[in-house]
Amino acid sequence: MSKILVIAEHLDGKLNPSTARAVSAAVAIKPEAIDVLVLSDKVEPLAAETAKIQGVTRVLTIARAENAHPLAAVLAPQIAKAAQGYSHVFAPSTTFGKDVAPRVAALLGVAQVSDVMSVDNSHTFKRPIYAGNAIITVEADPLHAVVATIRTASWAAAVNGPQSAPIEALSLDVPLPTHTRFVELKQGKSDRPDLQSANKVVSGGRGVGSKENFEVIYKFADKIGAAVGASRAAVDAGYVPNELQVGQTGKIIAPELYMAIGISGAIQHLTGIKDAGTIVAINKDGEAPIFEVADIGLVGDLFKIIPELEQQLG
Amino acid sequence: MKILVGYKRVVDYNVRIQVKPDGTGVVTDGVKLSANPFDDIALEEALRLREKGVAEEVVVVGIGPADLTAHLRNGLAMGANRAIHVVTPEAVQPLTAARVFLKLVEKEQPGLVILGKQAIDDDANQTGQMLAALWGRPQGTFASKVEIANGNATVTREVDAGLEVIEAELPAVITTDLRLNEPRFIKLPDIMKAKSKPIDTIEFSTLGVEAHDQLKTTNYTAPAKRSKGVMVKDAAELVAVLKQKGLL
Repeated sequence: MSKILVIAEHLDGKLNPSTARAVSAAVAIKPEAIDVLVLSDKVEPLAAETAKIQGVTRVLTIARAENAHPLAAVLAPQIAKAAQGYSHVFAPSTTFGKDVAPRVAALLGVAQVSDVMSVDNSHTFKRPIYAGNAIITVEADPLHAVVATIRTASWAAAVNGPQSAPIEALSLDVPLPTHTRFVELKQGKSDRPDLQSANKVVSGGRGVGSKENFEVIYKFADKIGAAVGASRAAVDAGYVPNELQVGQTGKIIAPELYMAIGISGAIQHLTGIKDAGTIVAINKDGEAPIFEVADIGLVGDLFKIIPELEQQLG
Repeated sequence: MKILVGYKRVVDYNVRIQVKPDGTGVVTDGVKLSANPFDDIALEEALRLREKGVAEEVVVVGIGPADLTAHLRNGLAMGANRAIHVVTPEAVQPLTAARVFLKLVEKEQPGLVILGKQAIDDDANQTGQMLAALWGRPQGTFASKVEIANGNATVTREVDAGLEVIEAELPAVITTDLRLNEPRFIKLPDIMKAKSKPIDTIEFSTLGVEAHDQLKTTNYTAPAKRSKGVMVKDAAELVAVLKQKGLL
């Protein structure tokens, strides 16, 4: 039987919804136990939040001052030690999980399955390669533990249940390196919905034309309560910060509504939105590849269409 | 300081990948191959550090079949001092690649290893982190800015929340993100010059690395296609359709 250890992701004392998505992938394996490991300097509120997620057997905590920031070099030896006796270690396929999970896998001497989209059985998974242009079935060696990152857009977050899983503090004797130090995190301050978990996303591309013009996108997103995203071209051109990038090397998202405005639709961008419920494309070039994947297309000048949309919405 | 750079050959990023009808792989016959774009960025960063006087030597490393030599010549033409070619019959998985790099690190004693954050074929995003773990050294992944001073690398990392800055003692592993730099183009005279630069060829079997790749790919399929959408004529119709679907 499988026993799965899920690594919790959190920031500023709040659990990231990616954690509950990774739990969903663990549930799909129908294991004997799903334990979630919380590493932080202050674990209590995070552990309490984690304990409510349906499907979680136990919450394990490691509270150390060194865990105040998610440094892979510091977290990985603790995770590798805590992973003893588990058949699987799962982390979300976010920049947090992508950074730390391979380091854990290497310490355990095992391969990693990246970006798990679906589970065939306890050691067989589907994952995308070539920017999602091919899907492969991968079999992991049953003689080794499986380390995997979970493609969050493929999994709905496990909901909170009525029960609360027991919380246990681990005290592991693991020497931690001091060669890597956190300096700072520069975060875009925004009251808008989070891009990775929003139901609606409005994204702008090169067609928006400038940083100033991007206000049009922000304003429209606020009007419909959407998160704001962008294509790589828009980020490269400096219209918006990097954390808004959607695509193969940015964020992979699955909102109910995705509106691509002034985005031509390079395959690297499309791979980030293929799980979206409804894709709307607005572009002045009727031949743009974005229209091949859009559910609803509108050819025209975005600077004329967006004000009209706002007017229609009243 | 010496810098090792991973330089993988992949299907060019402009190629539309086709899955073979029998599900045994993707079509690679006659398809254009190029350097992994993230590896070009890694090499560019190493060359800039050398031009700034931070590093003296830049070594590109390739792991793969005998015909990889031509690809490594491109890395030399771009400006690397020399190349190491670890000869394997086929592509290796990330853990094996990391073990190969560890052997080369032990031999070459670099101050920095710069790798692409992922290769655009398998999209694994693992090798750099695995090497850092096996080597017991810092990792600065998804780097968009690197500064070297006083034996430390200050690395700005593109993370989901924004930009994270970390400080890492050298030696360290850095993996590149897209906005770290814009790689230079190879000039014709440099291609001529590259012909006389050395390529060390090392047989994989002589490295003493465990050759067992633990993951087995049993099937390839094309992704599910989204069904053809509809075109609307104006903003009013778009709003009506979205309202009807309950999305607005």
